Amino acid sequence: MAEPQRARPKPTPETQHFWDGTKAGELRLQRCDACAHVYFPPRPFCPSCASRKVSVFKASGKGFLYSYVINHRPAAPGFTPPYAIAVVELDEGPRMMSNIIDCPQTPEALELDMKLEVAFQELDDKIALPVFRPAKG
Amino acid sequence: MRKNQVAVVGAAETTELGVIPGASQLQLHADAALNAIADAGLKLSDIDGFATAVETPQQVCHYLGIKPTWVDGTSVGGCSFMLHVRHAAAAIEAGLCKTVLITHAESGKSMIGKQPRFTAADSLNGQFEAPYGVYGPPSMFPIPVLRFMKTYGITHEQLASVAVVQREWAAKNPRAMMKDPITVADVLNSRMIAYPFRLLQCCLVTDGGGALILTSADRARDFPRKPVYIMGTGESVETPMVSQMETFNSSRAFKTAGPLAFKEAGITHGDVDHLMIYDAFAHLPLFGLGDLGFMPYEETGRFIAEGNTRPGGKLPLNTNGGGLSYMHSGMYGMYALQESVRQMRGIAPAQVPNAKISVCHGVGGMFAASGTIVFTNEK
Repeated sequence: MAEPQRARPKPTPETQHFWDGTKAGELRLQRCDACAHVYFPPRPFCPSCASRKVSVFKASGKGFLYSYVINHRPAAPGFTPPYAIAVVELDEGPRMMSNIIDCPQTPEALELDMKLEVAFQELDDKIALPVFRPAKG
Repeated sequence: MRKNQVAVVGAAETTELGVIPGASQLQLHADAALNAIADAGLKLSDIDGFATAVETPQQVCHYLGIKPTWVDGTSVGGCSFMLHVRHAAAAIEAGLCKTVLITHAESGKSMIGKQPRFTAADSLNGQFEAPYGVYGPPSMFPIPVLRFMKTYGITHEQLASVAVVQREWAAKNPRAMMKDPITVADVLNSRMIAYPFRLLQCCLVTDGGGALILTSADRARDFPRKPVYIMGTGESVETPMVSQMETFNSSRAFKTAGPLAFKEAGITHGDVDHLMIYDAFAHLPLFGLGDLGFMPYEETGRFIAEGNTRPGGKLPLNTNGGGLSYMHSGMYGMYALQESVRQMRGIAPAQVPNAKISVCHGVGGMFAASGTIVFTNEK
């Protein structure tokens, strides 16, 4: 029997550019051409001013650890507990849920406000998932 | 909405609470509804308005044999019933119906006739949260806690004290699921679920249901029970994705719904004799005390740890034992409303002496939605 699989995202027309970006090794956000608001998750209009004139851009991939839990039970399929489920605040402003790699999954190692940088995990030949690791230097 | 124009005239929970292997979720709706109808001294044919969540109004109405002229299927999570009360009060005032039945039931433990929850892979939650290992409320609801603790200097011991104090209330309640006394050390030594929360800081998983019947205040005087008036109401939603809340230092939905209800009721915090804050997890009463404006967020942890919300304290909170100790079938808002009604009728197992105003504050999803009802027993 196959191992239970981690949940895989399925893009929609509005989010395809984001998942194309992660596949290309880029974290892509959107900025409103009218009011300059930067937002996430993706949508083809500005949730701040409702303008439909928005642009996709490559984000810095830098941010900090805003908050997290370390999940012990029940574990999601494809995960070995304990594992941290984090929310990262990006330097551009939006926040996103993620996992923290290359770091012990402990309260001592996971310090709020620690600097993070994006990395990409290939889930299959279609989806690369943005995750974060402690920033170097 | 004008205050005190609509009243609760029937209120009941399912005959049993806890583990109910002998009934489907739909039958639990019917059991609660029939109990509430008996409580109000009504017949099923007297009901002309109906509201429920998760199950559809058509499902429950057909099963019960109700022919409504007004329905509300608002389903925004565990506070849906607070929103139903608000909507029903507006509908009765507008003359759309006269007598509204609101039902909730959930076979949360036994899972009989309950549809499994499912997150589609192409939904926003499915794309941007599910791949990171969220798996049920314990892995999501506590995500804001560490930020909240850091911002306001809240300690693990203070968060543990929430569970301890609510167990004190539950000990007074024969229908509470968990009644044995616990200490802060017991909480902090219980099994880790999702750091920083341990088992005793997470809600129970049980079966049960409840139902309410509302009618105009003018008609309410003719019913067998003491009327409990709807003094003020508020509601809002924020986001289904906990990661996308505006901030983890408060809940926007709480901060919208709560003050709306206080303003409509024309009350200040000092007027509140009894308070319910939906406690799916131990941090919710702290968010609620802050977001509803009872005190600065920095003081919320200490306020509970020092015993101000315990039996005999100055602000009795979650007097049935709450979702942590009384029961939690999955959508607890109905049970918070039932306890507020009992307190206003003067018949609660842990009755607050001379309580005249009760505030009942609910959450839906992971801070996704909120509803607040202010009740009074004086018109």
